[in-house]
Amino acid sequence: MLLLRNLRPGGRPGGKYGIARGESRDPIGYAVAALNRLARSDLLDRVGLRKQAEQTVFTVTRGGFRTATTAGRAFARAGRRGEAGRRASRPPSRGAFDLTPTEDEQMLVDVVTELAAEVVRPAAADADVACATPDEVLTAANEIGLPLLGVPEALGGISEERAVMAGTLVAEALAKGDLGIAVATLAPGAVATAIATWGTDEQQQTYLPAFTGADVAAAALALTEPRPLFDALDPATEARREGDDLVLDGVKSMVPRGADAELFVVGARLDGHPVLVIVESGADGLSVEADPSMGVRAASLTTLTLDGVRVPAANLLGSDDGTTYAGCVRLSRLAWCALSVGVGQAVLDYVTPYVKEREAFGEPIAHRQSVAFMVANIAIELQGMRLLTWKAAARAAAGKDAAREIGLARKLCSDKGMQIGLDGVQLLGGHGFVKEHPVERWYRDLRAISIMEGGVLV
Amino acid sequence: MPISLDDPKKLRQLRDQAHQVAMNMLRPISRTYDRAEHEYPKELDLLAAMIDGISESGASSGAGASGVKREDADDEGSGVKNGTNLASVLGIAEMCWGDVGLLLSLPRQGLGNSAIASVGDADQQARFGDVWASMAITEPDTGSDSAGIRTTAVLDGDEYVLNGEKIFVTSGDRSDAVVVWATLDKDLGRAAIKSFVVPKGTPGMTVERLEHKLGIRASDTATIRFDDCRVPVANLLGSPDIDTSQGFAGAMATFDNTRPLVAAMAVGCAQAALDLTRDLLDRAGVTVDYDRPAVVQSAAAAKFLQMEADWEAARLLMLQAAWMADNRKANAMEASMAKAKAGRMASDVTLSCVELCGSVGYSEGELLEKWARDSKILDIFEGTQQIQQLIVARRVLGLSSAELK
Repeated sequence: MLLLRNLRPGGRPGGKYGIARGESRDPIGYAVAALNRLARSDLLDRVGLRKQAEQTVFTVTRGGFRTATTAGRAFARAGRRGEAGRRASRPPSRGAFDLTPTEDEQMLVDVVTELAAEVVRPAAADADVACATPDEVLTAANEIGLPLLGVPEALGGISEERAVMAGTLVAEALAKGDLGIAVATLAPGAVATAIATWGTDEQQQTYLPAFTGADVAAAALALTEPRPLFDALDPATEARREGDDLVLDGVKSMVPRGADAELFVVGARLDGHPVLVIVESGADGLSVEADPSMGVRAASLTTLTLDGVRVPAANLLGSDDGTTYAGCVRLSRLAWCALSVGVGQAVLDYVTPYVKEREAFGEPIAHRQSVAFMVANIAIELQGMRLLTWKAAARAAAGKDAAREIGLARKLCSDKGMQIGLDGVQLLGGHGFVKEHPVERWYRDLRAISIMEGGVLV
Repeated sequence: MPISLDDPKKLRQLRDQAHQVAMNMLRPISRTYDRAEHEYPKELDLLAAMIDGISESGASSGAGASGVKREDADDEGSGVKNGTNLASVLGIAEMCWGDVGLLLSLPRQGLGNSAIASVGDADQQARFGDVWASMAITEPDTGSDSAGIRTTAVLDGDEYVLNGEKIFVTSGDRSDAVVVWATLDKDLGRAAIKSFVVPKGTPGMTVERLEHKLGIRASDTATIRFDDCRVPVANLLGSPDIDTSQGFAGAMATFDNTRPLVAAMAVGCAQAALDLTRDLLDRAGVTVDYDRPAVVQSAAAAKFLQMEADWEAARLLMLQAAWMADNRKANAMEASMAKAKAGRMASDVTLSCVELCGSVGYSEGELLEKWARDSKILDIFEGTQQIQQLIVARRVLGLSSAELK
């Protein structure tokens, strides 16, 4: 009975292992569970029965122990508290329908496309296994200024205008290399963009130098929470006012590179409205736990726990009426849409030569309509995803209301993106199921699109 | 010039005018001519006269069936052109929001007019500019495989002699002329297929019967026979030379221009269903929230979000294809993408809207059931869903029609 009691905490239906509460365990089930427990014990390892190959560094990562967040750098307070920050200007609009990127945008896309092909893609498979993006890749991304894309020139950034469109095109180009690495490299930029877009003068002067210098801070925009039917506009994380401070309690999931991050922007509910709060790492009550997931693994996803974390009330980012928060959620979703387009393009570019080379029944499988039509549908739906994402981005860039377009783009990119992931694996058959080809990774990555909130921002 | 996918500012007035015409002229007679199949919608004469008037004033930027021709010059020196192709798809989508069958019945707005505008030379465009021309391609034994047509054209002096049978000719009874596809030499395949303008009343041309159909019942769909029907050589559209290297390109060029128009019909028809369904759902207490995840909304709202997302994607593919044509970019693949997406979207949207609205949607008391019948043809004519997929697949994969059959 001791054995049974020991089994229960882990194997309890509705608790762990994805077992629904309706499940109940019968005698055979208990026997299997006991065998499984033996299999998990370190006894096998001590007597050398388990292959060494299973003992990778990655099991340490997914061990799931919680640690305090990185102490990180000290952010010296600067600027004028409560005074509005600088804002990027809006690009001029001629009111004509046009799908041509500006020269600047095209130049940026070309550079990022090269980075994606030469640096990101070759690192993708190992980064997926290691649940981490190599430093060289992060450095390369920082060198071309990715974290500064949403920061205006006047604040040390690289854009003259609000660069929502450029950010969208860059996210798409980068994700063509790899989604996990794209998220890892774009994560600091999400925080920098949020502070540049909504920050006060003090917030901009205090925090943006950490992104504009040579040593770019790791940082994360934490909006997702771990519960079924999660609605980003209804966060359960609570912020309450205590004197001149805000005290935060709650749990944030899918936080990219949370273990390295020196700065977080966290979504929370304050006086009935969702708000954004700047939280420096190393704050008391802040802890982080690795949370390796189905995909987006190179982004070193973590769960961030806030237990009575105290920050100055001046760390409230943007308005306290929910409008800044909603705008941030939308622009983050837009970034995820752009990422899905990039991954979809990667799938299309990969399956196209494959089905022309792979032969069955004496000819390339591309010569069969059932295969060719699948490829055609990937191309059609992918272009629909791209155009809708671009439309939403162009509206947001021009300062127009884009809530509808972003909502629709998210729905489309989630549904069609996942279908593209499925078809990508299917077109390669059994070869698509093994890690020799990247399509199984794209399949796992594309499932993230309707689930992820925050992490990236344009 | 930043990227922008909103409807072009300079065409919004045209779009809104078309919407008003559709609402105030087409909707009131929509059910009438759905019931009275084969009866001529006389109200359309007035409307056609009005459209001619708008065209002549230049206010419409050449919207309509003959607006598919390709022109030079950009907008205000900005380097990008928003011209007649964009105007056409925007206008046609709005008119089909009114009624697809009636749009297809509009005098002087036939697909034959698009063919003349696409393939005809300047002289032919001038001669047939005011003619209402329908299009005759399909034969009893030849549908999607239009290279296999059997209607023949034999040169005899300064006339061509046509023999054969054509079916599914939209407005075939009402139009002033028919653009007929016929082969100069069956042994020379696609390259020998040419199109001929045959004016009504030409001896040897007979309208045999009108079809009874699932939808677009306001539009007459005719079977036409040609028995030793003689037309002047000047009525052959494009070049009479049989250039086997060019293959089908000449005659098929029309489709690059007309497929976005059919996509526009699907977009308009589906929008009609979406607009009404949204209102009916709203009255039933279901609101659609763009910010909340679909999974936390009602099943009806989630379905609506999916439909509207598909609709928007189809509409943007339509605009892309038209924009490329306006800017003289080759758009054969994008035109097929637009038609494939819009065709299947319109079927899903109109049928799902009927389902969402229950018996209200199914009853003739509303127009939802009619739109669900009208939409089906849009995934068939001017190239079926499968033909569009074939075209896109060949382009994406770089395969010939011999490799990917």
